[in-house]
Amino acid sequence: MLELTHLKVFHGPIEAVHGISITVQRGQCVSLLGPNGAGKTSTISAIAGIADYQGSIRFQGADLAAISVEDRQRAGIALAPEGRRIFSNLTVKENLLIGAATRHDRRAVRSDINHWFESFPVLGERRDQSAGTLSGGEQQMLTIARALMSKPQILLLDEPSLGLAPLICQQVFRLIKELKSSGMTILLVEQNVRDALDLADYVYLLNSGHISNEGDHNVFGNDANLMAELTGIH
Amino acid sequence: MDYAIQQILNALSFGAEYALLALGLAIVFSIMGLVNFAHGEIIAAGGYSMFAISALLTGNPWVVIVGALIVAVLTSVLLERLAFRPVRYADPATGLLTAFGVSMILQNLFLLLVSPRPIAVTNLYFLNWPIEIGSVQISTLQIFETVSTAVAITVLVLFLRMSSFGIAMRAASLDFEMVRLMGIKANRVVAVAFAVSGLLAGLACIFIMARRGSVDPTFGFNPVLKAFVACVVGGFGSLGGAVLGGFLLGAIEVGMLVVLPQSYGGMKEAFVFGIVALILVWRPNGILSPPVEKGDKL
Repeated sequence: MLELTHLKVFHGPIEAVHGISITVQRGQCVSLLGPNGAGKTSTISAIAGIADYQGSIRFQGADLAAISVEDRQRAGIALAPEGRRIFSNLTVKENLLIGAATRHDRRAVRSDINHWFESFPVLGERRDQSAGTLSGGEQQMLTIARALMSKPQILLLDEPSLGLAPLICQQVFRLIKELKSSGMTILLVEQNVRDALDLADYVYLLNSGHISNEGDHNVFGNDANLMAELTGIH
Repeated sequence: MDYAIQQILNALSFGAEYALLALGLAIVFSIMGLVNFAHGEIIAAGGYSMFAISALLTGNPWVVIVGALIVAVLTSVLLERLAFRPVRYADPATGLLTAFGVSMILQNLFLLLVSPRPIAVTNLYFLNWPIEIGSVQISTLQIFETVSTAVAITVLVLFLRMSSFGIAMRAASLDFEMVRLMGIKANRVVAVAFAVSGLLAGLACIFIMARRGSVDPTFGFNPVLKAFVACVVGGFGSLGGAVLGGFLLGAIEVGMLVVLPQSYGGMKEAFVFGIVALILVWRPNGILSPPVEKGDKL
């Protein structure tokens, strides 16, 4: 479904990712793991179209090179970005409406918004409240819900547990697990190794812009050296 | 008492004009981070179109007014397409210099192609009819100005709050890239912002023309300077701030005219800007400066 080949990502003149190749199959949850500065967010940004890159990104067979940021989303790629980036002055409901901006089935949009309000009653209770007043965990739920409002083919999740309390992290990972069970294709960038491994069908380990290892989650979980490299615990 | 009411009405009338202009600047700034100093030339284009329509087509004031509004909107959208879109993602200083450049080019085009002298437009006579309510004398322009501004602001607020495109514009003013990531076409959001800004400039143009009765190449310079000051006082980028700043500036100007002895009349502007400076000492980012988008609560 998504195929990155010899991908190099640039931040101005600096090459942050050095020719990596990644494949995500339909219905799979693939994790990109690695320490800070490994190039995880750069990779996801390139897929979303907000970072310069060389190499090829193919989505459902089509090369995305000439496709704009907006049209990538319209093609079915949704991003829940690092740092959440909710529209803090807009209400919770307006944030969800923005997520569905490219849809024309108004009745279905309303029904989907109600679905999220039922799934996360806190969001429902605060539907007319500024999103900036939500807690970090609630904002993360809103970010994921906003991304899903476009009915994407693939969900790019960038550090969804960043800065959240352990209990809230569990809620976020429970939601991602539910999405995976429903058949959603997910590319997950995460530093929370154990939870990410628990979710992932396939794992890429990034280090300094290179893929230093890859395999299914069992391989990573059973390899003490790899786990030490990932968690930093020796 | 009557004198006070008279001056309040004057302040409302001036303030309405500044508020419209400031709102036009603020809409574009909030989305693009661009201070469009060519806004004055959009007003001037509206003024020249009034002359052209009445000279070439019809003297019907309503046709002239609608024509000026359409020309202002089209000029604004055209400037975005030709001048500002190519520098949209450039350094903010590039956008500012582009705006200055466009302003100078348009002023010189008016100078070369039309006339360096003021050209009279007399179609808006009906806006200068005096109306007496008790001992308070107002003009139809003051009523038209205040009511039109109130309607324009109400419609704009409804558009920004109720329509999906309006919500997208508010979101774009907070995080433009994130709006693009939601699949909303950046070009469309920016073009609509310029169209709305042009419409407000066209509306202000009608009031200024009704008051001055003529248009010249630097017609829009002073009004936009005042609008810029109103935006700074209200908080640049805040739409509510622009409206507040406009009305506040109108009130200060009229207040100065009332308070200052006649011999100090020539120093009115100095006193007005002195008060503006004091407001900025109190609130350096303007009275209603918009919150900085932090994006999360990390």
